[in-house]
Amino acid sequence: MAMTLVEKILAKATGQPSVKAGDVLEPKVDLAMSHENAALVINQFTEIYKDTGIPLKVWDPSKIAIILDHRVPAESSKTATNQKKIRDFVGKQGITKFHDIRGDEGGICHQVLPENGYVIPGSVIVGTDSHTTSHGALGTFAFGIGATEMASVWTLGTVLNVDVPGTIKVNVNGKFSSGIYPKDLILYLIGKLTAEGANFKVLEFHGETIKNMSTSGRLTLSNMSVEAGATSGIVPADEETLRYLLEEAFVGYKGELLKPDIDAKYDRVIEIDASSLSPQIACPHTVDNVKPISEIINVKVNQIVIGSCTNGRLDDLAAAAKILKGKKVARDVRMLVFPASWRIYKEALKQGYIADLMDAGAVIMNSNCGCCLGVHQGALADGDVSLATTNRNFKGRMGNPNSEVYLCSAAVAAASAITGIITDPRGVK
Amino acid sequence: MLLHTSKVVALMPNDISTDIIYPGRFMATVLPTETPQYCFADMVELNNRLKNKEIPPNSVIVAGANFGCGSSREQAVSTIKGYELIIVAKGFARIFLQNSVNLGLKTVVCPTIEADEGDELEIQQDSVVNVTKGKSFPVEPLPKARQAIVDAGGLIAYTRKRLLEKYPNR
Ligand code: SF4
Repeated sequence: MAMTLVEKILAKATGQPSVKAGDVLEPKVDLAMSHENAALVINQFTEIYKDTGIPLKVWDPSKIAIILDHRVPAESSKTATNQKKIRDFVGKQGITKFHDIRGDEGGICHQVLPENGYVIPGSVIVGTDSHTTSHGALGTFAFGIGATEMASVWTLGTVLNVDVPGTIKVNVNGKFSSGIYPKDLILYLIGKLTAEGANFKVLEFHGETIKNMSTSGRLTLSNMSVEAGATSGIVPADEETLRYLLEEAFVGYKGELLKPDIDAKYDRVIEIDASSLSPQIACPHTVDNVKPISEIINVKVNQIVIGSCTNGRLDDLAAAAKILKGKKVARDVRMLVFPASWRIYKEALKQGYIADLMDAGAVIMNSNCGCCLGVHQGALADGDVSLATTNRNFKGRMGNPNSEVYLCSAAVAAASAITGIITDPRGVK
Repeated sequence: MLLHTSKVVALMPNDISTDIIYPGRFMATVLPTETPQYCFADMVELNNRLKNKEIPPNSVIVAGANFGCGSSREQAVSTIKGYELIIVAKGFARIFLQNSVNLGLKTVVCPTIEADEGDELEIQQDSVVNVTKGKSFPVEPLPKARQAIVDAGGLIAYTRKRLLEKYPNR
């Protein structure tokens, strides 16, 4: 029977010739990722073993990844204590894919996993983070789960009750015009689908535009697929994936590149002409409240944020630096930059992007989740407006329910930093 | 089969995010015993009523579609579970719904539900009856495989059972 890409991955992970949407499976897990919430996972994992007399041992310490990124360096003694608990557990269990608070290998989980070659095409990846969808950019079935579910994965090595999701095929063709980025594409798509339009479904990306897109751009698409409710957002692995693995993750991959069958059954097919897109803005307080920039008139901003697992990669910093080089951030604007990993930070230093951004007035923060989730650094004042390249603008997301967050590409963020008003980067000389 | 007779204590619109249920700034607090204090923290009145125990267990929040969208944070479930509230919604986000099954939070998928604050509801296996309005609304059943987790008393107990099966000669 013809299968979609996720159906093929799940057939492989369960050792069956074929599976179909609607089946309920218990696939083997290839990679299980957690961040600071590993502290809760450890708690629940210990609960499972309680009174069983069975020694506490994770199913496979080489398949567990833990990255400290949400509140690093620790913002409170509570967090520091949780992080210590995680460190102790990692040592005892022999977990190898552990990324502590370090300038040589740290960063945001969804960047650290791919850049270290942990994300292998065709695999099943779960993470205690909703943006685990990111890793679908390398042709994996990757999705978010809760901490107790993760404790169960650590115990059994499988994830229970996976409903094989239906798939929405997204065909994107045409060339982005100058000043338009993958972020504009995914915001446009979320606006079209709505925040629940892809609930319990997978978005599978195809077309010329995707084929020509770098893995960095694909990560942005997969990352934000969850904002339309999608279980996962997947790009079939191809030549570009192989290039990324070899050149940017330093691992060669010689395995099979799974493709969906041409006659696979899709719930829906969406066609997008990339050449017709303009910069897109998600307005407060839902990610699907998306408008083209031409409809955003005179919105004054107090804080600009470039960073996060969505748009804190080298190409984002390059786009921002290009616009801001030799210019100044407006006097009444604070501009914060959080590179997605320390590796990216170091490369941006080498390329001179960091100097360009600093000369313009931006503050370069350490690589962590930072103000993206409103818990550490860059909190907003009552009435403040933030324009960010992050992925969520829910009420209170940046730490204050009396503030507003708009979402955009790095280019829009940089152009707006100069004027202090949400600004179309295509007009900046 | 009648499961609960309950009063509606709050109405909520579509797309109630996990940031509304449990704001990110309280994420360092993780234990289910400690999370209830921040339940709907930015809806100050509701949070106070909960903390002051003015809302009895099995009271109902009636919500629109996509309840629990956003983060995978399990605190969003454990915080509501701490008060034993029941969520009757037109729909739920995937991770939230699965976390609810795992932790035993009562969630009812009722796509056509109509209710006002103060209405009395009878929550049955396959329908929600709004006694005040004299109307009944069908419920989407939980998929069979998940019922096994609910029946085991939650995911911890369920996985413990599976773990014990792995070590038969212990
Ligand atoms: S950068 Fe933001 S969205 Fe990404 S993992 Fe961190 S908190 Fe989540």
